[in-house]
Amino acid sequence: MVMQAQQYPEIEIPTPSQIAETANLGPDEEGENRMVLSMGPQHPSTHGVLRLAVELSGETVVNLAPDVGYLHTGIEKTMETKTYTKSIVLTDRIDYLAPMSNNMAYVSAVEKLMQIEVPERAQVLRVLLLEMTRLNSHLVWLGTHALDLAAMSVFLYALREREYILDIFEMLTGARMMTSYFRVGGLAWDIPKDFIPTVEQFLDYFPPHIDEYEDLLTSNPLWRERTVGVGVVSDEDAVALGLTGANLRASGVNWDLRKAMPYSGYETYDFDVPVLYNGDIYDRYLCRLQEMRESVKIMRQALARLKDLAGGPFITDNRKVAPPPKTEITYSMESLIHHFKLWTEGFRPARGSAYMGIESPRGEFGCYVVSDGTPKPWRVHFRAPSFINLQALPHMAKGKLVADLVAMIASLDPVLGEVDR
Amino acid sequence: MYESLWVMIIHSVLLALAALTGFAYLTLMERKILARMQHRVGPNKAGPRGFLQPLADAVKLMFKEDIMPADADRWVYTLAPILATIPAVIIFAVIPLGKDFVFFGERVTLTFANIDIGLLYLLAVTSIGVYGITLAGWASNNKYSMLGGVRSAAQMISYELAFGLTVLVPVMLTAWHNPSGDGLGSLNLTTMVDAQAGTYLGFIPRWFIFTPTGWLAFIVFLIAATAEVTRAPFDLVEAEQELVGGYATEYSSMKFALFFMAEYMKLIAMSALAATFFLGGWRFPGLENIGGNWGALISFIVMLVKIIFFLFLSIWVRATFPRIRYDRLMDFGWKRLLPVSLATMAATAVFVVLVDQL
Amino acid sequence: MLDRKTLEARVSQRFPSVVIGDESGDLALTVGRMHLVELAAWLRDEPELNFKFLNNLCGVDFLGREPRFEVVVHLTSIPNQMRIALHVGVPENDPTVPTLTRLFPTANYQERETYDMFGIIFTGHPGLERILMPEDWMGYPQRKDHPLGYEEVAFTHNEDWIYANKPFAKE
Repeated sequence: MVMQAQQYPEIEIPTPSQIAETANLGPDEEGENRMVLSMGPQHPSTHGVLRLAVELSGETVVNLAPDVGYLHTGIEKTMETKTYTKSIVLTDRIDYLAPMSNNMAYVSAVEKLMQIEVPERAQVLRVLLLEMTRLNSHLVWLGTHALDLAAMSVFLYALREREYILDIFEMLTGARMMTSYFRVGGLAWDIPKDFIPTVEQFLDYFPPHIDEYEDLLTSNPLWRERTVGVGVVSDEDAVALGLTGANLRASGVNWDLRKAMPYSGYETYDFDVPVLYNGDIYDRYLCRLQEMRESVKIMRQALARLKDLAGGPFITDNRKVAPPPKTEITYSMESLIHHFKLWTEGFRPARGSAYMGIESPRGEFGCYVVSDGTPKPWRVHFRAPSFINLQALPHMAKGKLVADLVAMIASLDPVLGEVDR
Repeated sequence: MYESLWVMIIHSVLLALAALTGFAYLTLMERKILARMQHRVGPNKAGPRGFLQPLADAVKLMFKEDIMPADADRWVYTLAPILATIPAVIIFAVIPLGKDFVFFGERVTLTFANIDIGLLYLLAVTSIGVYGITLAGWASNNKYSMLGGVRSAAQMISYELAFGLTVLVPVMLTAWHNPSGDGLGSLNLTTMVDAQAGTYLGFIPRWFIFTPTGWLAFIVFLIAATAEVTRAPFDLVEAEQELVGGYATEYSSMKFALFFMAEYMKLIAMSALAATFFLGGWRFPGLENIGGNWGALISFIVMLVKIIFFLFLSIWVRATFPRIRYDRLMDFGWKRLLPVSLATMAATAVFVVLVDQL
Repeated sequence: MLDRKTLEARVSQRFPSVVIGDESGDLALTVGRMHLVELAAWLRDEPELNFKFLNNLCGVDFLGREPRFEVVVHLTSIPNQMRIALHVGVPENDPTVPTLTRLFPTANYQERETYDMFGIIFTGHPGLERILMPEDWMGYPQRKDHPLGYEEVAFTHNEDWIYANKPFAKE
């Protein structure tokens, strides 16, 4: 049977070399010469080392192709040579603004593969940290987005609040960005004594600041002028282009993995998923701001539960994956053996594969793990939302101005570490 | 009336130096105020509270390597920063900064060139500055620079008109109460300042901003002047986030510093002009009648305060607003600002004639 | 709402050659290369199934197994809140798979990445070029037999020697 299914002729995702070729064709039918502008990889607003081959007619974008790979570090390949536990540190480096989300995707894929139950307290703590990570990432997004449109104060305000979150991370894990806090079966260690009060302070401190950002931007006429009706993606195109996260929800598709395919007990929390319908930059902005408020809501609930569950386990007591407590090793021979086996060799999941997607700040962050029964993963693949969201850029930007292009990149919120992995 | 020759030479050198120092400390002021608005500290290492920061910047820039792109047009590339800077400095010649004072028996005027075509000179000189930027964009042989240069040409042309039309409003208002009593408008900036002497009802200064059409002209002037000096939110010419550095992308060392200088000095000049045209220049009710050297000093301080007020406004706007988009800028310039300035001008004409008739 | 049993039944009825399996709780369909596009289009366009969203497309190199490569596609049905996996075996001597970009534009970059990393050629892809690796890279780095390599640090005293003997990756 010949396929006559509906296709997407209007969605083209050119490659940089195709753009370069069109530039050599000479003047177009109207006699206008096109200019190919190589935006990046060193450009102030490509959020890292993204390069865009942009074909311009005057200042209007005729076509463009993102050129990625400048930050390719081969994390997937490297993970094949490390044990499951040692790989966790590598996942932090993928999306360096949301390390906990990456940790979560990876460890929950392994947990899914091995069918490990995570204790409730660890789940609650994970939710708390994931939402804090979301705030962290969204704050950087907000700041850089505003900075890209030259509203520079918002950037510094957003980073001020982010600093608070990073301090909490540092208190918890010793690292500000590369936290590596999650482990298969739970978390690396228990929370410090001051953790709960500090987070409580943060939750009191933070929400008024969201209003502050809104004061500066939401009804600012110049901000609206730059964002409303720019970079529009219809709901159908958004699904076809594989957009996820706020980019998808701003186009009117109610799809949030925390609600649709809950993990880590998200189904038991009371929160809303903001959905907006215009699919432009402004809606993506509103959507993410609303998400920040919802995150605070979830964090409040998680914190309340965490207080109820004080003293509970932070990692599974399955000794085949989680190391026994140090004190146990001093008197239990079995614990010593487990400890030795885990740290010298690692655990061995059964043959098989698992795909686990979580709702990272940028969209669906997926992890596909293939095990061959050895202590090292046979193959790990990350579905990086930034990488996939970036494909929407040519579709959005055609016929728009260079200035809009900058706003569109920012609104897609790519992190180049994640794009290139 | 005129100064003697040697006073003039010293005076012009001093004026240029004052403008340069003013520029240097404006950068510091901007950085400090921006920092305060953004919960930062700002420069505080060079000297007490960062007061030597401009010096450090200047020394740093002088020691930077002066890079010339391989395919740049050497002469134009070198000429462009000069062409941008000189007009910015010589604008100050016609601005009345205060009253005359007597120094060692020599009469020194704070209006360096009290010429009758002051306004015309001003419009001519500000327009030349555009060439520097446009040529810099073209000569750098860089795509970003070229876009910046094209933008600057388009932006200047769009806003030059509104700018030119709004400065006609003070000219006409000068006719309304011209101190010489001939009932004619004047292009002389000193005459304009003199026309704003005194008060209405004893407490409202007779500044042009408080006239029925003056306030509107003032607002249009502020917007057009901001666009003229390519300050945020009209800084599309540089637009770091879009065009990397616009026309200045390829410039380094002192050539870059010259552009920087030109921009900031134009900003000071525009602030001074805004004060002169609409806020009575160095005049302030109650303080303008003090005579002697003290009166001259006070008048100068009044002018300085007004200038700093406008500079602060500009910095404040920069901290708050995103950048306007290129097409919207043109749109705004031609479709909104130009009709408004035309209407203001017409209304002022009617107003002045009516007042004359009654 | 679609449940897994119904889906399995419908798939096996429509595509008898598809092997139905399980991937850690998700439904996994192992499908031949020639049926991939047909199956994906059917899953996408059948109103009750509605698998319009392509989450993930990646390659796996099972060195020593036949077929050596596997392309794994994860599809999601947004109305049914369900995710399935499609596994497509790809032999080493003819590493081609028909492209899914016409059905799912989002597969574009992921297929390019899979080509880049595994050398699997997606026939009909509009711009199958390297995406993450440099354009002049030799070989496909995520294949299990790709030399991991080691680079000696070049100093002035030994750079000539190093560049002369640089162990470039061999096919």
